[in-house]
This record gives sequence, structure tokens and C-alpha cells, in this order.
Amino acid sequence: MKVFTVHKGLVAPMDRANVDTDMIIPKQFLKSIKRTGFGPNLFDELRYLDEGQPGQSGRERPLNPDFPLNWSRYQGASILLARENFGCGSSREHAPWALEDYGFRVIIAPSYADIFFNNCFKNGLLPIVLNENIVSNLFREAEQNPGYQLTVDLPRQRLIKPDGEELSFEIDPFYKQCLLEGLDEIGLTLKQADAIHAYEAQHEIDCPWLFHAIK
Amino acid sequence: MAGKTLYDKLWDAHLVQQRADGSALLYIDRHILHEVTSPQAFEGLRLADRRPWRLDTNIATPDHNISTDREERAAGVDAIPDETSRIQVKTLDENCESFGIREFKMNEMGQGIVHVMGPELGASLPGMTVVCGDSHTATHGAFACLAHGIGTSEVEHVLATQCLVTKKMKNLLIQVDGELGTGVTAKDVILAVIGEIGTAGGNGYAIEFAGQVFRDMSIEGRMTVCNMAIEAGARVGMVSVDDKTIAYFKGRRFAPTGEMWDRAVSYWRTLQSDSDAVFDKTVVISGSDIVPQVSWGTSPEMVVPVTGSIPRIEDEMDPVKRQAIEHALKYMGLQGGSPVTSIPVDRVFIGSCTNSRIEDLRAAAAIADGRKVASTVKQVLVVPGSQMVKAQAESEGLDQIFIEAGMEWREPGCSMCLAMNADKLGAGEHCASTSNRNFEGRQGNGGRTHLLSPAMAAAAAIAGHITDVRSLKQGSMA
Repeated sequence: MKVFTVHKGLVAPMDRANVDTDMIIPKQFLKSIKRTGFGPNLFDELRYLDEGQPGQSGRERPLNPDFPLNWSRYQGASILLARENFGCGSSREHAPWALEDYGFRVIIAPSYADIFFNNCFKNGLLPIVLNENIVSNLFREAEQNPGYQLTVDLPRQRLIKPDGEELSFEIDPFYKQCLLEGLDEIGLTLKQADAIHAYEAQHEIDCPWLFHAIK
Repeated sequence: MAGKTLYDKLWDAHLVQQRADGSALLYIDRHILHEVTSPQAFEGLRLADRRPWRLDTNIATPDHNISTDREERAAGVDAIPDETSRIQVKTLDENCESFGIREFKMNEMGQGIVHVMGPELGASLPGMTVVCGDSHTATHGAFACLAHGIGTSEVEHVLATQCLVTKKMKNLLIQVDGELGTGVTAKDVILAVIGEIGTAGGNGYAIEFAGQVFRDMSIEGRMTVCNMAIEAGARVGMVSVDDKTIAYFKGRRFAPTGEMWDRAVSYWRTLQSDSDAVFDKTVVISGSDIVPQVSWGTSPEMVVPVTGSIPRIEDEMDPVKRQAIEHALKYMGLQGGSPVTSIPVDRVFIGSCTNSRIEDLRAAAAIADGRKVASTVKQVLVVPGSQMVKAQAESEGLDQIFIEAGMEWREPGCSMCLAMNADKLGAGEHCASTSNRNFEGRQGNGGRTHLLSPAMAAAAAIAGHITDVRSLKQGSMA
């Protein structure tokens, strides 16, 4: 997994609440058996005027001129500003894969759906939670100032605005560590193999019907 | 010290390791896999040269993008016309074969939507931790499982370690007291709950559904309720064990037997919140106040009683919510203030992991019996949740009732709930759907979904528009 420490990038707004994972990456693109290549279809139904199909080139498709990510001022954005309950709906990890593949490294929103939030950290994507008023201010500043950039300092848990003002954010220490070091979680868990074996042996004594039933 | 909630008990019983940073290793008893969220996980195992930790906890089946058309299905996996779907289903077959995981293949008895097949086979049992790369895994909480959806990285993690790295959630009690009125079902209860607490109301919580309404409900009804916990923002929804739970699992294919059954039952009987358990939040709703529900908008919280009207923008004061209502009205092509029963229906979908079990089909058939689908309705799909549900329905003659009414009787799968196969809405079409999500484009690009119960869906098919099922006199099967 990509290491995340300090990131500076252009901010783009996604100004609606309850953005669901179907909106982030529509179902027809979930048929891929790969982890990569979802970027061109991020927000597909909002971004394009036609109905997207897997394997199609984005370059030949009609863009929706009303969708901010299509505006020249937001090209190259890597920080997404969003509203409450971002990423609700399905557990599809294709949603963070699509955001990451498009080029986003950070999302800033007042709240996220649980499964999506969790999935972000597995993919080097940092979802920052800030209160609604602060997020609304960032929306206003990003919209009023073309080229608006933010610096995200993960070790210090600070968001640094263009004028130097710093905002602090909270992050779970375990997730922070995983992002800072780009850790392989499976490798980490397997270091606890003895504890898992010990639990399992007792569990089989307590609940033997849970073992060897599926044949 | 305060007593434990059901969630606390299940958590404690599966805790391998609690870490200082708040994360924990939780042991997983059952892992269900399907074709869409597993290929990258198996690929990850291969790349790292890892093997599944324990094969006998895994069970797999294709459901999301298989055809529900009888002839296409009969032609087998190699004949799936869409190449990407075919590759995905074949990849599941190959992965299960090469890693040694028990799979119920596309046309095998036992196949079905993951959350229908797991319980009906007794592959998920009370007291288990159950995970699946699908957010509707909370369904299995209906019989006191700690069950929730996971992402593909976690699918790989569970395959490789039998554990999940997770954090404990908070406890939310949703208590629905009293009795439901005639024509009001489990689906109406959960839609009303979502309408009440909102789609983010359960974020960070494990929900326990308690109260007389859930005690009176069948296990299948409880599955419908727990299934949609995620639409209330909660990964987990649960109901405690009672006699109905135990009766439901007796004789199921993978359920224990003999002396082992007795041991399991005595453990299962402990799976209830203690009377002095403390919940972080409690919501109390009166069951007798709930009437049949219909969603009008593009989020499951945008739901109203069938007797109500579509909200007007000007009645909402919160600017973010106002904007959401405005967006939704435009997308849905609806006028604020008009009655929901004025919404015409182009297609009807009866199916999905929420409502495709035998009781759901019986409820729909009771309405369809002796009636005809309105001439303005283009298509009514009835999609059983599993091969076993299909066989049961056919043995009861339900398929004939649907066919005689002008509906299509299909093969089991997820179908038009998420439209990954050919079953989808056209742009602008309204669908009365027993599924769980009404997001933009969910059932087809530009499609407009109205979530409701199986009986309400059948009633809409007959009337040609959203209608109050209670105003229809039930057919001979009622």
C-alpha cells in the first residue's frame, strides 16, 4: 500500500449529501476482476452524458458540462471536499479504488458511511472528518479561489490552508500508523498466528458445531 | 456492573486480541463469497503466496451478475453472453476449485443470493460471526449473528487469517412496541425506522431490534429488517434468539444434529441482551402507528406512508436537505405535494436479498391471485432468492399464480436489485421494487426506484400505480 505522510493538492468540491457508492462507481464497472483502471468511470453517471460501458474510452464520451470535476479549474485535483454520509450504500471497495485511480488521496467530509470509511484506509486514501461548518467554509473558499490547494500533514494531523491557517483533525491511531507506514495488514495479523491458533482451539472446544460442518 | 448487550456478548465471544490503540482481532466463523467482491482477494492471496487459514468456514455462490432468464441459465456458465460477467462467474468457479472452497455453482440446488442461501442451508447459525463482501450481510443478524459487510481487502484478510481487524461499535436499541396492523409487514417496519433515524442514523452503531413487533415477526421477516440496517447507516442489525429462531434451524443442511444440536441450542438460548444492559442510544417506535411505506426519492430515508404525499421543497428548512429534496424530485420526475399513490409504475421487481424468500413470494402471490397486471405496466419480474425458494414456490403453485397474472417467473439471483445483469430499468421508468436501495441509477441508468413490500409491489403491478395494498381485497390464498 502507498505510504501517506504529507500531501499538497488541488481541492475539488462534490457538493451533495449522501453520495452513495453506486454514484461513485456504477455497477456495470464492478465486473472487472482487477483492482485498477476504475478512475475513468469515477462518478460515471454524473460525469458523462451517455451511459458508460466497461472497456469504453472516456475520451470519446460526451462530458457533462455542469459537473465540477469536468471543469478545467479542477483538473488534477487530489483532495475531494464532500458532504455528510459520503460513501453510503454498498461495501464495494471499487469505490475507493476508483477515487484513488482517478488521483484522489484525501477526502474531507463531515461524516462517512462505516464500510466505505474503513475501505479507504486499505488503499492509501485518507478520509478526514471535520465539522459541518468548517467543511462549509472550505467549500466556499475552494469555490471562490481558483487553484485552491490544501496541505494535509498526517503525522501532525493538520490541514494547512493557503494563508497558513492550520486546522487539526482526529484520526484513529491504528489507521494513522497503517497509512504512515503503508503496512500490509495481513502480514501484521499473521504475526499473531499463535494467538489466533490458541483462540481457535478453545473455540472448537466451546462450539464444536462450528467446525468441519461445511462439506 | 451493567449487563451485556447481545452485541457485547457476541463481540466478547469472538475476541482474539484487544489492542491498546482500540483496534481488535475478531475471529470469523463464517465467510460467504460471491463473484463480484472476491476475485481481487484471491488474486492478492496468490501474489503473496498465501493459503486460506481454514477452508471449512468459507462458502461461495454466484449471485450478483448471473442471468435470471431460464434459457440463458440452462445454457450454463460458458454461454453467459456478457463477456465480463462470464469471466467473473468463471473466475469464482476457478478460485473455489483451486483453493478448495465449497461453492454452490450457478445451476446447483443450494445456489442463491448469498443472504438467502446462507440461512436456508444452515451455513449461518445463531451466535456466529458472519462476514461477506456485501453490505447486506447484516441479514444474518436476524438470528443473533454478529454479521456485517466487508470490503475486498478484508475478504482477503479473512481468507488469510480467519480474523478481521476491527473496532467495537456502539450499541443502538431500536424498540418497536405494540402490534402491526393488517397489511403492514417487516419491510414497512424497517422503511419506517429508516425514515425516522435517517440513512446516517446508525453510523458507528450495531443495532439491536427489540420489542413485541419483532417477537411476533417470523425469522424471514426479521431477516428483511436486519438486511436493511445498512440503509440506516449501521453495518450490524440483530434480533435475539427465541423459540422461533431455534425452530427455524432445526433440520437445516449444515445445522448440527443429535447431541451437538442440544449443545448448540443451550448456547443459543443465552444470545439475548441482559435485562440491565446499557445501550448508547435507544429509539422507541410504536408499531401500531406504522402503515405501508413507499420511498419517493433517491435515498432510503426519503420514504413516506402510502397515505402521504411527496414532500415539498419549501417545507424543508435545512439547506443541505432542501438541496437533496430538490435533486431527488428532479431525478424522480415528481411534483412535491402530490399523493404517492399518483406515481405510475412502469416495471415491478419482486426479489432481492431483502424480499425474495418464500414468505415474500407467498405475500405477493396472495395479491396477484386471480388478478391481472395493469396493461400500462411493461414488466413484472418475480425472482426467487434461491434454488430452494424457487423449488418450494413451484411446489406450492405460486409460479403459476404469477404467470397467470402476467408476471415473469425467473431464475434465482440478485437481478434488478442492482441491475448488473440484463434485468434493468430504462431511463425515466418508475419501478415498484422490493429491493433495498433507491439510489440514482441503481436499477438502471436513469431508472426511478420506489422501495416497498412484496404485497405493495404486487398491488402496484395490478393497479398500474403505487397503491395502498390495504384497499385491495385479498385473493383466495389470503
